[in-house]
Amino acid sequence: MDATPAIELRGVGRRYGERWALDDVSVAVPAGATLVVFGPNGAGKSTLLRVLATLLRPHGGEAHVLGEPLPEREWAVRGRVGLLAHEALLYRDLSARENLRFHARLHRVAESRVEELLERMHLRGRADDPVRTLSRGLLQRVAVCRAVLHDPPLLLLDEPRANLDPAAAELIEPLIGRTSGRTRVVTSHDPAGGLAEADLALGLRDGRVALSAPAREVDLAAVEELYR
Amino acid sequence: MSEPVMRERASAASAGAASEASAARPMRPSLALLRKDLLLERRAPEAVPAMLLFSITTFVLFHFGLGRDEVSGQLAAGVLTVTLLFAAILGINRLFVSEQEEGGFDGVLLAPIDRTALFIAKAAALFVFLALVEVVAVAAFAILLLGPSPWPALPGLLLILTLLNTALAVVGTLVSALAIRTRARDLIVPIVALPLLVPALIAAARLAAPLFAVGGADALPTKWLAVLALYDLVFGLLAYAVFDFLLED
Repeated sequence: MDATPAIELRGVGRRYGERWALDDVSVAVPAGATLVVFGPNGAGKSTLLRVLATLLRPHGGEAHVLGEPLPEREWAVRGRVGLLAHEALLYRDLSARENLRFHARLHRVAESRVEELLERMHLRGRADDPVRTLSRGLLQRVAVCRAVLHDPPLLLLDEPRANLDPAAAELIEPLIGRTSGRTRVVTSHDPAGGLAEADLALGLRDGRVALSAPAREVDLAAVEELYR
Repeated sequence: MSEPVMRERASAASAGAASEASAARPMRPSLALLRKDLLLERRAPEAVPAMLLFSITTFVLFHFGLGRDEVSGQLAAGVLTVTLLFAAILGINRLFVSEQEEGGFDGVLLAPIDRTALFIAKAAALFVFLALVEVVAVAAFAILLLGPSPWPALPGLLLILTLLNTALAVVGTLVSALAIRTRARDLIVPIVALPLLVPALIAAARLAAPLFAVGGADALPTKWLAVLALYDLVFGLLAYAVFDFLLED
């Protein structure tokens, strides 16, 4: 694990209209580390991921992602981030292969990488079906392929194992799990499972930091308290 | 890093450098985006059939509403250009819908590409859709309404429609990008686009009028040709300058 922060937020805020969805959030994530973000629905977890992905601009504080200040050099961050969001970010009428080839062209990645990922995710048999015909689990596997297609050093994962059965969860582990070697920010509603894979834990409530500590120092009860 | 990715990126000193390189060459991502839009329209046709049906229905309505079997001159030019303008509004409304409804927009915004590439691709897609519609719509117009023979007018009409389509595509893409993040998208597109397109409509109608003259097609008035070409140039440059800002949250 590199000591240089891959992510450094100081007092970051983001509002929608008058409501602050993120307020005074500070956290530093070393390169190669995993930050797991806990919090009930509406706590600001997805907003945090979208700010880090450069899809939302911070309205306050300072944010550095992969060494680049946001939003000034957000263009230098794009293409180095893999986002796995609630939505698959895929075109429903295109097949998995067509979707991945499209993203491969945008990211200037060889098409052989698409075939490699389809193979690894056991998707070859359904690769030419429109993704609207795929089950939620298969769709999530295609979304994982899209997120790691360009081999990003930073992964932003919004409940990545939702809709996956244990076998599929195991399948995606080398690509987006701890063993992938990437810096990861993962949102989770599973206190025990989340802490198990975290180096750092961040708890959000109403957009504010309610918990921030190395995962080994965090008590499971403190995370569960966030949801009460 | 896997081999294909390494191979592709070996020439770039960093991912940031790759972003800069992509930003400097918007044509390659533009082609990928255009290809995707054309594929989506072919796979699940929406914009082209809607625009086409609207155009033909409008010609039929004009046919009965005007109470005339044939139109010519300025009236014919006006009926054709106004119909195409309103039909284009349908296409403009749908232009970014696939990105928004299918969740692909964020995927595109995360790619290391100049956002001008998205503008070029969307404008090109709209241009292609309009051209496809016009192939049938102009024929329907000639059959249902036009008095004089359409054949002598065709070369001039081709030039006018190319310039008009460019105006519709450029302004339409700008307005569609502006409207896509609002809840009232269907209202904003006609309210903003129609006034902006008035100069282009006037120029195209004035240009087309001599082509549909009863005695046969006359030469195109160069003044209106210059106005339409200048409109395309000005709005093209404006779109290039502001499109990035329209996509910011």
